[in-house]
Amino acid sequence: MKKKFDFGPYLYILPAAIIVIVFRLIPIILSFIVSFYDWTITGPGKFIGFENYIMMFHDGEFWQSMLNTFYLVIFVVPISLVLSLVFANFLNGIEKLKSLYRSIYFIPTVTSMVAISIVWKIIFNQQTGLVNFFLTKIGFDPMGWLAESRGIIDIFLSSLGMNFSGFIQNLSGGIGMNYNTLYLLLGGPSLALFCIIIVTIWKGLGYNTIIYLAGLQNIPKVYYEAADIDGAGKIRQFFKITWQLISPTTFYVLMMTTIVTFQVFSQIYLMTGPPVGGPLGTTKVIVYFLFDKGFGESNNLSYASAIALVLFGIILTLTLLQKRLEKKVHY
Amino acid sequence: MKKSISYIILSVCGLLMVIPFIWMITTSVKSQLEVNKGNVGFLPIEHYSTYEEAGKVYRITSVKVDGDSTFIHIFDENMNRIRSYEKVATSDIIEKKQVKLHFENYKEAFTKVPFKRYFINTLFVSSSVVFGVLITGSLAAYAFAIMRFKGRDFIFYLFISMMMVPQPVYLIPSYVLLNHLGWIDTYNALIIPWIANIFTIFLLRQQFKTIPDELFDAARIDGCGRFRTLWKLVLPLSKSVIVTAAIFGFIGSWNSFMWPLVMTDSPAIRVLQVGLSYFSQEASAQTSLLMAASTFSILPLVILFLFAQKQIIASFASSGLKG
Repeated sequence: MKKKFDFGPYLYILPAAIIVIVFRLIPIILSFIVSFYDWTITGPGKFIGFENYIMMFHDGEFWQSMLNTFYLVIFVVPISLVLSLVFANFLNGIEKLKSLYRSIYFIPTVTSMVAISIVWKIIFNQQTGLVNFFLTKIGFDPMGWLAESRGIIDIFLSSLGMNFSGFIQNLSGGIGMNYNTLYLLLGGPSLALFCIIIVTIWKGLGYNTIIYLAGLQNIPKVYYEAADIDGAGKIRQFFKITWQLISPTTFYVLMMTTIVTFQVFSQIYLMTGPPVGGPLGTTKVIVYFLFDKGFGESNNLSYASAIALVLFGIILTLTLLQKRLEKKVHY
Repeated sequence: MKKSISYIILSVCGLLMVIPFIWMITTSVKSQLEVNKGNVGFLPIEHYSTYEEAGKVYRITSVKVDGDSTFIHIFDENMNRIRSYEKVATSDIIEKKQVKLHFENYKEAFTKVPFKRYFINTLFVSSSVVFGVLITGSLAAYAFAIMRFKGRDFIFYLFISMMMVPQPVYLIPSYVLLNHLGWIDTYNALIIPWIANIFTIFLLRQQFKTIPDELFDAARIDGCGRFRTLWKLVLPLSKSVIVTAAIFGFIGSWNSFMWPLVMTDSPAIRVLQVGLSYFSQEASAQTSLLMAASTFSILPLVILFLFAQKQIIASFASSGLKG
């Protein structure tokens, strides 16, 4: 006897499915389509094939945004990872006041990026900021911070008395590369972008610390007891036990922080500028770039979609890489 | 000995973590005049000049120094100017300082732009989103966790893979879509696309799966239908996960910025984060007002956090562990 088809389960998932299909799946498909047209805010345009992608490839602004995003990721991810693991280790070792410290580290995570970007923008302000106030108090010269387009490597080497821009000038003549490109590559992130890096680390640190703490609490105490008996020191224990057993968590933190950092937007929008994107575009990141193309003056929704898809490609690759490697790091 | 090193390091770093908040609060009660003078330390101390005349101390501002004498404006206690360009001996001007808290900054910031409206809008949007997310989430999670049906796993993984897609990717086409629906600049644009959350479905499904089969059997024997079982058995057993999902939804919705920035324009439906962002452009030079606005805009979530910190931290921690 054949059972009657049961529609029930489908009715239960229907409300969620409608939202997911209409507001996620369709937009993503639409995004592919739109990226091959020249749509603006006023409406559909004509089919132009890969032109948006070709334009992107030749767009210096796109490459600068990619480079800035890359700088952001390679500074934020390792620093955040190390700091949060250190904090989590200290937190794991104490009993009293543990929840107080945990809360303190965690508050930036629950507060809005908008409010704290406004606060940090003023902290880094040249005239009325806290950082310059302290610097001048202890006898240093105030710095430009968010208004400073020079790269941090340039600033560091120049402070040691080296003529960095002269060096780049010679090198660019020597290898036949554009001075500005070479400067952006070798000068490091601008001081303005470095401020963004600090804020991004500060904001995400609490979350990573909590994740690490949860991971550390899962490591059975017997391992350490055994190591104590064998006479292994604390540092040795950290590298031989903690670091090994925590690696799945490290992997998760690494991937999540990378993916989130690729999508940084609010702090750029609120802390840098006017014009947004910082001095000489040195804080323009990929998400701000696509926002600007889509909703800024040019209103080129198609170009913005193409940029979004490139970002999607990067994040998808990272996610798939995560799924692949995840099996290898699990114990 | 080792413990005390932990405490010292944790305290120093903890201080660095909260300094921005402390400074935000102290700056929010300073007068803009002091901030502009460069007195941007932590203490809300005010420096002012006074002039004594016939046993009475007047607040003054100096206008021009001319040799040993200074031209000053003299004010009464309500800071109304009573005399102008008075020439007095410079040595008679006494500099004083006092701690003064300008709580009126809060009132000024709050009324300068319709923050009250923004608060109500944000509360309405966030609550609606949480409400919607819990309904769609429990229904879908119930089906995914308990029922057997064709295509279940496929649909579930389709949902999960949608979760991986970052917001900036679908922002542009969503704008196109919402524009087509005529929803741009309406509450619909802020609420409807967000009333299903895949993370919530995932979270609830994990929880529902832990409920033992015997309980479902018992419910069936008692003649409970599917929906009654969900309502009477499953949801009451999942209270803490529901609270977790609600907290996540609320924090996410309250803090979301890019989406409402793009999808809305008129002040009538503007949410707090967008309002704050516009305010920061309008009042970019009025540091103390900006700090006051930042303070009251993060206050609701900080209070929520302080009340439910254990739950919130546990929720975030659980997001890192794969179920």
